[in-house]
Order: sequence, then structure tokens, then C-alpha cells
Amino acid sequence: MGMTMTQKILAAHAGLESVKAGDLIEARLDLVLGNDITSPVAIKEMTKFNKEGVFDKDKIALVMDHFIPNKDIKSAEHCKCVREFACAHDITNYFDVGQMGIEHALLPEQGLTVAGDVIIGADSHTCTYGALGAFSTGVGSTDMAAGMATGKAWFKVPSAIKFNIVGKPGKWVSGKDLILHIIGMIGVDGALYKSMEFVGEGIKNLTMDDRFTIANMAIEAGGKNGIFPVDDIAIEYMKEHSKRDFVVYEADADAEYDEEYTIDLSTLKSTVSFPHLPENTKTIDEVGEVTIDQSVIGSCTNGRIQDLREAAEILKGKKVAKNVRCIVIPATQKIYLQAVREGLIETFIEAGAVVSTPTCGPCLGGYMGILAAGERCVATTNRNFVGRMGHVDSEVYLASPAVAAASAITGKISSPDEL
Amino acid sequence: MKAKGRVFKYKDNVDTDVIIPARYLNSSDPKELATHCMEDIDKDFIKNVKDGDIIVAEKNFGCGSSREHAPIAIKAAGVSCVIAETFARIFYRNAINIGLPIIECKEAAHGIEAGDEVEIDFDSGVITNRTKGTEFKGQAFPEFMQKIIKSEGLINYINSN
Repeated sequence: MGMTMTQKILAAHAGLESVKAGDLIEARLDLVLGNDITSPVAIKEMTKFNKEGVFDKDKIALVMDHFIPNKDIKSAEHCKCVREFACAHDITNYFDVGQMGIEHALLPEQGLTVAGDVIIGADSHTCTYGALGAFSTGVGSTDMAAGMATGKAWFKVPSAIKFNIVGKPGKWVSGKDLILHIIGMIGVDGALYKSMEFVGEGIKNLTMDDRFTIANMAIEAGGKNGIFPVDDIAIEYMKEHSKRDFVVYEADADAEYDEEYTIDLSTLKSTVSFPHLPENTKTIDEVGEVTIDQSVIGSCTNGRIQDLREAAEILKGKKVAKNVRCIVIPATQKIYLQAVREGLIETFIEAGAVVSTPTCGPCLGGYMGILAAGERCVATTNRNFVGRMGHVDSEVYLASPAVAAASAITGKISSPDEL
Repeated sequence: MKAKGRVFKYKDNVDTDVIIPARYLNSSDPKELATHCMEDIDKDFIKNVKDGDIIVAEKNFGCGSSREHAPIAIKAAGVSCVIAETFARIFYRNAINIGLPIIECKEAAHGIEAGDEVEIDFDSGVITNRTKGTEFKGQAFPEFMQKIIKSEGLINYINSN
């Protein structure tokens, strides 16, 4: 029986000829990731180990991004703990204020994630790197600690769902709309424990930034990982950003899938997830009158340059509605600088939006845009659970950067076509 | 190994943001995290939970963020076991790794109500509802998982092996 793309990568990293769904394997890790929330717990676990030190100082990435720049004394203590650990172990890829960005935008940009890798990260959106043809998945702090110490992790080999993507998306329809559509279709546990493998001739019509957004939200369908084939677009991205060698794996022609779906990009519309689950999707024409208090454009899902360009195209020469706060957060320093150079930041400020240094901040209700009781926010982020962005009686509506920007102008959830 | 306690009951998709809201993640102290456990879904949980009590939920318990603080908060609140129809995969892994017993059992998830007295035998996987006089068969805990739980987590278990 053939193997899926994910299974092939896992087999190679476990030193096995082949694996099948359900096998328990131990795999070699190419990168272990943690952030300012999850790393302190992992570092505390590391001190319990009989073994001293880390497996490879070049294969660990510690990114201070969630409550950074430090939002309070406790957050500052967490970062200090990670900073001291990084210094003590001479960790090559430690990113603090000035170099840091939101981890899942930063690591591919830094060339640390490439096709064929096996990556674990103590952050659920670690699945993002599947966009480049890597196997990457979120774990907790204890797994991160064991990974940092040994360079290995155990996995149960997943079965897969195949998404055959065809056609070309219309104007203002992006990767965000595709992944929200999929989550709406299969549910927040539709891919529980499984790989989501994206294939088909329509992939070529998805930019790298679209693919990062799609793979990023595989976890929102319960998926273990999301993965794309390595085509010319992915290869060009890796050559531009990384010096590392990459390995291209392809699914066998006779690989088995639990389910298969075909999605025609040309039929997709802008899609919005209503509170309080990402699966509660409506297309923009079904939304009705939903007034908003805030619009957030950013996060590991949608804080990349394409997202900012789209938002700026819509906000150019317009004004954010009275009584709406529009918060734009470029995901990395490099993206921020590029947005400055392209004049996007000027557009945002002239429109009445605020622009923040990179941070996960409001996405998880940390800081920089917390909601009061009864407030509504349209956000390009990834979760709209109860209390996710603030008060338990606030609401988050997930959407694309285009919809978030258009909504900021009209003060209600809107399509850019309505402007 | 056995667990016995009174049940707190929840439905589908209990996410890690309601188990321990991110606004408290500037701490990693289990006792402090426990004081906010389930706060956004059940304000009375922490007032009423007693050592040994059991959480029973339906589908996809622990979905969302990878924060290990979620099972840590539940364990530090005194909960002896979580039973659900299904668990989100990162939560499942994290719970085992920190030594919080969890069992998937669809029948138990639907046949147990809030306030029921429930007993779990981890060796056999048998879940007994003392209040209703019913019994369910969940997965037995493999020996190595029982050892991880007895060792209070994966790292201690690795060290002792």
C-alpha cells in the first residue's frame, strides 16, 4: 500500500522503509520551536532531566512573540527565563525584541523551515510550515523539552484527508476564505488526528502567503498537520529565504485517504466564521447586518505582506468608520519594513488605523486590542472561542484581510465590493 | 490505579481558552493557574471542585491552543480524570505527558450527568456510575501510561527508565 506525503516524510525520519496509519514511531527532528508562553514550562521540565544540555543548538528556535514587548512584570519574568536559557545554551535561533516576529511568519522567512523537514513546536499553529512541504505539528511544553534534550519525538502515524483544489479564485478571495470554507464544511474536529493534504492544479493559483494561511489553520479542523506539494512557487520561496538543502517528497499514486474532497476556487466567496467556533461559517452574502467595534489585521494567520497589501489597497484614500478601532500588526520586522517602504503604513495611518510592532497580542486576548463586554471584532486571526480576545461576552468574527479592511471602513462586516 | 469523584459535565469543543484563558498565561505556576481553571465556561467550577473530582465532556475536549497550562490547571485543581467522547490531539498528548489521566469513551460521555458519583479503574478501563448504577467500558490504560502518571509526568518517567 502506498504512503501519503506526510507518511513518507515520517518514515524517512524514523529510518523506516515504510509506515502506515496507526504505527507508533520515533522520528528525528529538524527543528524544535517554543515561544514566550510555552518555553518557560519546557525549560522548567528540562531541569528535571538527568541529561544536561540541548541536542543541537542550531536546531532549536525560541521566539518571544506572544506578550512581547513585555506587557507586564510576569511576562517580563517569562522572557527573562527564556533569554537566560538561550544564553546559557548558546541557542543560535533566539529571537527577542528587535529581531523577533510572530513565530510562524518568522521561521520560514528566516529560512529555518524547508520541504522534507520534521518540525515540532510548542504552539498549535506550528502546522504552518506544511505550506513548504514539511511535516510540522504543534505539541506541548513537555514534548518540546524532550525534543530539545533528545532531538527526537514519538508520533502516531496519521491517516489523511485529500483536498483536491481546482480553478482560480476571484478578486478578494484568498487562502483564508478557502480554509474557513473547509473548516465550515468538515467541522472543528473534521480532521482530528489526521493529515490534511492539499493537491491539484488549482494549487498554482495560491501564493505562498495563501498557503501559509491555509496550512496554519489545519489545527482549527483538528488536523495533525496540513501539507502542500512542493512546486516551483515553493522552491522559489525556499531558494530566496534559505540556505538549507530541502528534500521533496510526493505521495504515492496508490496512497489511501480516509476522505477526498474537490474544491473549485472559482466558486468560493469571501467567508466569515461567526462566534464561537471557526466552523460557524457564512459566505459574505449571508452575513446580514453585523456592526463592529474593532477590526484586527495581523496574526500568524494573516500578518504577511500580501495581507497588508490587500488591506492597504482597500483602505487607501478611505477612513476607518467612527467608533471603530482598526489595528494592523505586521507579523515580522522584515514585513513591517517592507510595508513602510511600499507606503502601506502611511495608508493605514492616514485611514485612521493604528500600526503595532509584531506581536500575537490581541489574537489570544493577551494585550493590544482587548474587547469589552458586548463588543464585536472582525479579525484576520484564527480562533473565535468564548473570551478569546477579551471579555467572555465579546465576539470575534474571523475573516480575510480584505473583509477586515472593508469592514473597518463601513463599521459592519462587509465585502470590499460594497465600497 | 483508581479514581473516584463527583462529576462536572460539559458539552462539545471545550477549548483550551476556556480551560485556562490566555490572560493568565503570564504565570506558569500550577496552583495559580488552577485558581482560574474553567473560569470562562463555568465560574463556579473552582469554588466547588474537590480533590478527586472528575470532568466528563463530549466531543473534541481541549481543542485550540497547545498550552500545557490547560491540563496542568485541571490537574492542579484536583481533578483525578477527564472522560470525553474524543480529545483534541495536542491536549491528549499533553495530559499524558504531565500525568493527568484521560479516557475516551463515547457511552460514558453521554451516560454520565453533572453531580454523578463515578469510579474509574485504569487497569481495566471500566467506568462505574455509582449514582445511576451503570457501567461503561473505556480503554484500559497501558502499563507505560500508568507509569508516566505515577511518575508525575514524562520527564520523570524517562529519567527513571
